[in-house]
Amino acid sequence: MGILLNEQSRVLVQGITGREGSFHARACKAYGTQVVSGVTPGRGGQRFDDAVPVFDAVGAAVDATGANVSLIFVPPSFAADAVAESVDAGIPLVACITEGIPQQDMIGLYRYVQASGTRLIGPNCPGLINPGARCKVGIMPGGIHLPGRVGVVSRSGTLTYEAVGQLTDLGIGQSSCVGIGGDPIIGSSFVDILRLYNADPDTDMVVFIGEIGGTMEQQAAEYIGSAEFTKPICALIVGATAPPGKRMGHAGAIITGESATAASKMAALERAGAVIIPTPADIGATAAQTLWEAGLD
Amino acid sequence: MTLGKLNHLKWNATGDAGGVDGWGLVGQNGWAMNLHEYQAKAIFARYGIPVPDGRRALTADAAADAVAAFGGRAAVKAQVHAGGRGLAGGVRVVRSVAAARDFAGGLLGSRLVTHQTDANGVPVDSVLVEELADIAAEMYVALTIDREHRGVVFIASAAGGTSIEEVAATNPDAIITEAVEPIIGLMPYQCRRLAMRLGLTGAAGRQAAGIFAALYRVFTDNDCTLVEVNPLIVTGGGAVVALDAKMNVDDDALFRHADLLELRDRGQEDAFEAQAADDDIAYVNLEGSVGCLVNGAGLAMATLDVANAAGAAPANFLDVGGGATEEKVAAAVGIILSDPKVDRVLVNIFGGILRCDIAARGIVMAYAEHGATQPLVVRMLGTNLDDGKAILAESGLNVTFTDTLTAAAAALSGTETGAG
Repeated sequence: MGILLNEQSRVLVQGITGREGSFHARACKAYGTQVVSGVTPGRGGQRFDDAVPVFDAVGAAVDATGANVSLIFVPPSFAADAVAESVDAGIPLVACITEGIPQQDMIGLYRYVQASGTRLIGPNCPGLINPGARCKVGIMPGGIHLPGRVGVVSRSGTLTYEAVGQLTDLGIGQSSCVGIGGDPIIGSSFVDILRLYNADPDTDMVVFIGEIGGTMEQQAAEYIGSAEFTKPICALIVGATAPPGKRMGHAGAIITGESATAASKMAALERAGAVIIPTPADIGATAAQTLWEAGLD
Repeated sequence: MTLGKLNHLKWNATGDAGGVDGWGLVGQNGWAMNLHEYQAKAIFARYGIPVPDGRRALTADAAADAVAAFGGRAAVKAQVHAGGRGLAGGVRVVRSVAAARDFAGGLLGSRLVTHQTDANGVPVDSVLVEELADIAAEMYVALTIDREHRGVVFIASAAGGTSIEEVAATNPDAIITEAVEPIIGLMPYQCRRLAMRLGLTGAAGRQAAGIFAALYRVFTDNDCTLVEVNPLIVTGGGAVVALDAKMNVDDDALFRHADLLELRDRGQEDAFEAQAADDDIAYVNLEGSVGCLVNGAGLAMATLDVANAAGAAPANFLDVGGGATEEKVAAAVGIILSDPKVDRVLVNIFGGILRCDIAARGIVMAYAEHGATQPLVVRMLGTNLDDGKAILAESGLNVTFTDTLTAAAAALSGTETGAG
């Protein structure tokens, strides 16, 4: 089953006629995703690749095609507008891939999304995928995934692919993979996604990939250590070699105090009962060992 | 949320050491565009925030003239993008025109090393000469974006003049926070409460409340990630004045601030990091000798961690990005090869949008341009992998191919001893 996406997911791509949007809309379709419509203001009435209808507005696309997921590829200066338009149209799940949205734009947008019924994944994220449902809503290479029972959640893009690649190489399939994004202010936190995995009967274990910056991993540790969370979890934190005060690519990956360091986050997760993945080369092996010890392999 | 401490101090209490967590007040380089004090004060003045009368000087003579204009007594302050200027000898109160000329002459053209810079320091190209203030009390006030609140917060302390990190470590109860709810914005009662908690009453309290409201407008109008006043002072006459000013602007918002973009001072930035920023490459200069070329920020951090665990300290963080062209890869490798401490290069490409053949061509192009011979450990996966490997194999470069991160780490240990 997995989380957030299923066979009924009908995907609308905002920015479908752009370079990135068109490339990834095709890749999502090729993977098996139902890409039902696209939105590019001013291009309404066209058909993308002679098949997918393009609309000027999200509301019209939803009315005509029953889209219930939006995947956003619009440039940073228009991205907050695109997210808000999907929220306004009542789309329950929005994944925003765009990197470089001004932080102050996200402050207001976060409040707006929270007050709505929409769940926002990202921005600055690879999106999400449910391999069992053949539904990919994002930019991850579909071919590395294998249907299965391990949930993956990560702040990163390519590092998530690395993790999935290591799992698949060992025959460990994934129920879902969610990249929550590398920005300081994002729509869904680690805890939000962990709650969904905890409640998903088809997820046996979670692979958790955090990084330096902020305190989201400590909040996750608090939840993992609580009685509510009942599943085994393996955790990797990257950025142990990052110097303080320098942004490591992701806008949110910056050490601004002790709790933002990799060591502090690993300590909190270990105290909470997570199995610590020693280095990024050990993701698959640690997951396999943990599954075996839990009798889940 | 609005009253009392934000949660960071709780996390901090469970951690091992001090630091003002999540507020990003330490070492802002690389997070945002920094403004000089004289630039920030000009902006403050436009918002009606009182700042001392001052003049920027580019030469010792100009500094001496400015001090003469202030009656032979003034503060002379190095204009650099680094905190800790005072302790590092970059700020002095001078009491004669001759002393001003001497001090400014020594600073200008030199490099100032503070606890926030590396051993090379940052160049002092100008000084700010300011009238002396009659200081009765010093306070600390800053605004930043708090990641837990997901909004703007004030951080303040009645103990100004020292570093807020030190106050947080030694006396966390002395830190006052005020979180702004974005839907309604900063409310006047919050400004009054902040003034009250800083011990400001009467006319000074009313003036301070107005200054806090103006600082919030500076922050939001200019897409700041940090506005810091340390110290905010009360003069003997009871006036509230911003004696120092620091502003950092969100890089991602500069597209809508052409005026601020003109204030960028490249000379204050690491040369390699400035070049990378121009090429739209995420790069951080580190201290080891292994040049790293990676696509994706998370994978780049992971690659650094793996190299370090293998005893091969990385020379840099570099994320070339998803949709890189041959030329962009070549520019990235060029920056790596320009760094004299790089004695070998680790490539880790998880090819999705970035095709392996494009990465390979870019690498070969940059090596040819630089006439470089440093050995390469290459781990590539994904689209057009075989083409990429063939291009590198036929290039005549010293390349070790690996399929996994583990093997890459082992190969690095090998090249270190000359076996690669």
